Amino acid sequence: MIVKIVSESFDPWQEIQAFQHSAQAMRGKVGATSVFVGTMRDFNEGDAIKGMTLEHYPGMTEKQLCNIITAVMEKWQVIDVLVVHRVGDIFPDDPIVLVAVWSSHRGDAFDSSRSIMEALKSKAPFWKKEILASDDQRWVEKNSDGYLKKD
Amino acid sequence: MSIKVRYFASLKERIGRAEDQVEFTMNVTVSDIWQQVNQDKALPENILAAVNMEYVGFDHPVNDGDEVAFFPPVTGG
Repeated sequence: MIVKIVSESFDPWQEIQAFQHSAQAMRGKVGATSVFVGTMRDFNEGDAIKGMTLEHYPGMTEKQLCNIITAVMEKWQVIDVLVVHRVGDIFPDDPIVLVAVWSSHRGDAFDSSRSIMEALKSKAPFWKKEILASDDQRWVEKNSDGYLKKD
Repeated sequence: MSIKVRYFASLKERIGRAEDQVEFTMNVTVSDIWQQVNQDKALPENILAAVNMEYVGFDHPVNDGDEVAFFPPVTGG
């Protein structure tokens, strides 16, 4: 398991490639890789957003992410997990989070990556402050359930 | 006993401080800590608490050298 909190822009596809390259023990065992990449939108709650600052609680964030992954690895048959999360100043289209899971079978890969992502959303101490097109700033008060609401 | 108290995100801005150091001579809970350091302020709704970087309830005991944190709901990912 690798958990990385990064303050500079990162390329999720490069992170995956580097992880796979170094994880020789996974060779021949992996039948399913599930990858989730979250990127920054340029809109939220009806407003144009031009940037965001992501704060975290150094130490607790890593600890909670490790707790989440450990719990998931007890529930599903997972070979390895990579989580990368941005902090600092970010802009539309920048990757915010990468959750990659390697497993022998697709059910374990899909379910465990979804579970990690949902737990991260509710338990990992990160906070987003949005900068609107008008230069006004506001804290995001809570995460959505992850679905676009139909009018 | 000596306890470090930390605040994050919107709560940090609202309080105007990132941390406090408090001293107690008796056993205390997370709730007691909030009362001690923010006597004039009610605990805002939805605030979460952690002791030594693990989530706890407000009735959780606090020991010498612990780090207590208060923060709003998390919004990462």
